[in-house]
Amino acid sequence: MTAALRFDPIRLPEKCEQLRKEVRAFLAEEIAAGTFDPHKPNREDTDVPEFSRKVGARGWLGMTWPKKYGGQERSFLERYVVTEEMRVANAPTRRFFVADRQSGPVLLKYAPEHIKMEILPRICRGEICFAIGMSEPNSGSDLFAAKTRATKTDGGYLINGTKIWTSSAHIADYMIAIFRTSPPTKENRRHGLTQFLVKMKQPGIKVNPIGQITGQYEFNEVVFTDHFIPDDHVLGEVDGAWKQATSELAYERSGPERFLETYYVLTELVRAVGPNPDTRSAEGIGRLVAQLHTMRRMSVSVAGMLQAGKEPVVEASIVKDIGTVWEQQLPHRVRDLAAFVEETATNRETLERQLDFAIKTAPKLTIQGGTTEVLRGIIARGLGLR
Amino acid sequence: MAESDNIVVETAEKIFADLADPQTINNDKKGAWQAPLWQALSEAGLPLSWVPDDLGGSGASLADGFALLNAAGRFAVAVPLAETMLAGWLLAQARIPSPQGEMTVVPSSPKDRITIDADGTLSGRARGVPFAKTAKQFAVLAHGKEGISIALIDASKGRIESGLNVGYDHSDIVTLDKVQPVTIKPAPDGVTQTTLMLMGGVARSLQIAGALESMLDISVRYSNERVAFEKKISKFQAVQHNLARLAGESAAALAAATSAADAIANATSFNDEIYLEAASAKIRCAEAAEKGGGIAHQVHGAIGFTIEHILHRYSLRALAWRDDFGSESYWAVELGKLVASRGADELWPLVASR
Repeated sequence: MTAALRFDPIRLPEKCEQLRKEVRAFLAEEIAAGTFDPHKPNREDTDVPEFSRKVGARGWLGMTWPKKYGGQERSFLERYVVTEEMRVANAPTRRFFVADRQSGPVLLKYAPEHIKMEILPRICRGEICFAIGMSEPNSGSDLFAAKTRATKTDGGYLINGTKIWTSSAHIADYMIAIFRTSPPTKENRRHGLTQFLVKMKQPGIKVNPIGQITGQYEFNEVVFTDHFIPDDHVLGEVDGAWKQATSELAYERSGPERFLETYYVLTELVRAVGPNPDTRSAEGIGRLVAQLHTMRRMSVSVAGMLQAGKEPVVEASIVKDIGTVWEQQLPHRVRDLAAFVEETATNRETLERQLDFAIKTAPKLTIQGGTTEVLRGIIARGLGLR
Repeated sequence: MAESDNIVVETAEKIFADLADPQTINNDKKGAWQAPLWQALSEAGLPLSWVPDDLGGSGASLADGFALLNAAGRFAVAVPLAETMLAGWLLAQARIPSPQGEMTVVPSSPKDRITIDADGTLSGRARGVPFAKTAKQFAVLAHGKEGISIALIDASKGRIESGLNVGYDHSDIVTLDKVQPVTIKPAPDGVTQTTLMLMGGVARSLQIAGALESMLDISVRYSNERVAFEKKISKFQAVQHNLARLAGESAAALAAATSAADAIANATSFNDEIYLEAASAKIRCAEAAEKGGGIAHQVHGAIGFTIEHILHRYSLRALAWRDDFGSESYWAVELGKLVASRGADELWPLVASR
């Protein structure tokens, strides 16, 4: 039989529901206080440091990490609940999202103890922002083609080269990046890359903003010129970054952010059609809700696998493949269904403004964090085809 | 994915492997496989899994019964196992003992209605009733002045217009004209035609998910055997990506169906959350049957289009199962209406309820 692709039904434990209530109440307070507008996913300033610190103060960052690093030792399922509630409310999570999801777990696994003690509690307090330095001008999906060099020098490394499409680099305090420490070998083209912790806002690092088709400036070009990184900022094995990449992917690829990015247009569509929709609208909404529900159940199931200590890389890739294709198509389906919404619908303007933004956002969803093509390659390998 | 963690599924899988091998069945043009398979299933008590011991059944849990249906889907089992299980479940709701032999449920579509006449007889027309032609008895859900009742009737008392669905299984029109039931009792609170359709829909969802698991399995195997342009077709990226999508559809169907089954097995009533689970399962599994089945055929090429090949036993049956107990279009409209009536701000709380 083929690889067992099971997505066992996970029931969220009772304490998750209590937590969900707390998160909703917190978000409602913040919305009432004007910290952010849930109806405006396209606001100009998505970096809200004080919101980040408040979330940290609630104990909702680094929730699953050991207490000695500022964590709460809570479950992945509890973290899941916090993440999905933030996402659905369009909360400004930019400042802490990457650190909480991805960078923190990498540091936990590979950083020396004194770095963990220094940095992880600050992530938990919502004080610092992380970026991920993977892509380069000539290395995107083909991660192992990266050329930015880390040359050994006294007490550390000198970095020269360029990372690109780096989200949040302009506000980030740290970056976790891969640099070339050795050339690839004949036997293994993935050999020779090393993962580093980079302190941003230092000499030898220049961050150049790049405009996106949405009108936002979220991603950047990051140019390194003889930037010095001390030895204790090497994460894991020198030349062995390729061995460390896979477990990160399961965290990165299966979360609720992989199908909820454009969710807000569905809510507004339901508002626009009102309590008595025509058959066409009802069927369209029904199908979208069934698809959404199914993906969420799959995604929760992967959170359950992570909680059980598994590395569900193939399952996570399936969630991201189906989820991102869905959230990419969603604004277009909502646009189809909204075509006959009454002119008098009270939220018509909101819906149109949101659709405008979601349609511009859509193309990136199947590219960022692993393209559809890369994901299907991983799934195919899991099926024993490669 | 044949690993089983309960004795009901283990028993069933042994029987299916011995007596319901798809290739053997496909080669048997006379249907000689049917009687021994049904007999073995009956002797193991599987068709009456959902009937308590004191009503003549084997008293398995809802969860075990659902897992059994998923296994039946993996073998594309073409005897009225799901139908008899549903009929037994329906009768048990009104504490009516189940007889032995094949049964089915009437009606099998949310749009058809059987009524109780003033004299206590049953009348009405039900379309697309699976295996009505071969059933000995019908479990009927009927509407009367006093509310909903559940009845057991002899199949011979109804008029059957025989038909076949796209999977070549019986799907018949049953007309009842003042039929005297063997037994009739009021349905308990909470058991409505909608409840029956949702149960039937989840049963079909599990069967579709099982069929898709097998379609993925045989498609992967075939792609690793078939050579074209001097290499195995599994080495072509276009084929790999198609199979990755099939794996996604199979996984989505299984996740939706098992989630709904788990929700029902642990529910105290059929509330909005259960409605979301069950309707979503039927909608998503039906969509997966189309998309996933299409890919399985594409991978197989012409050989999969032949009647000799076993692929159609899964692909056509999965497509046919979409129609029973309410199609995906029907449930999408109903789910859409439910979501709209609850209002925009109640959508997320519904989705995040479990």
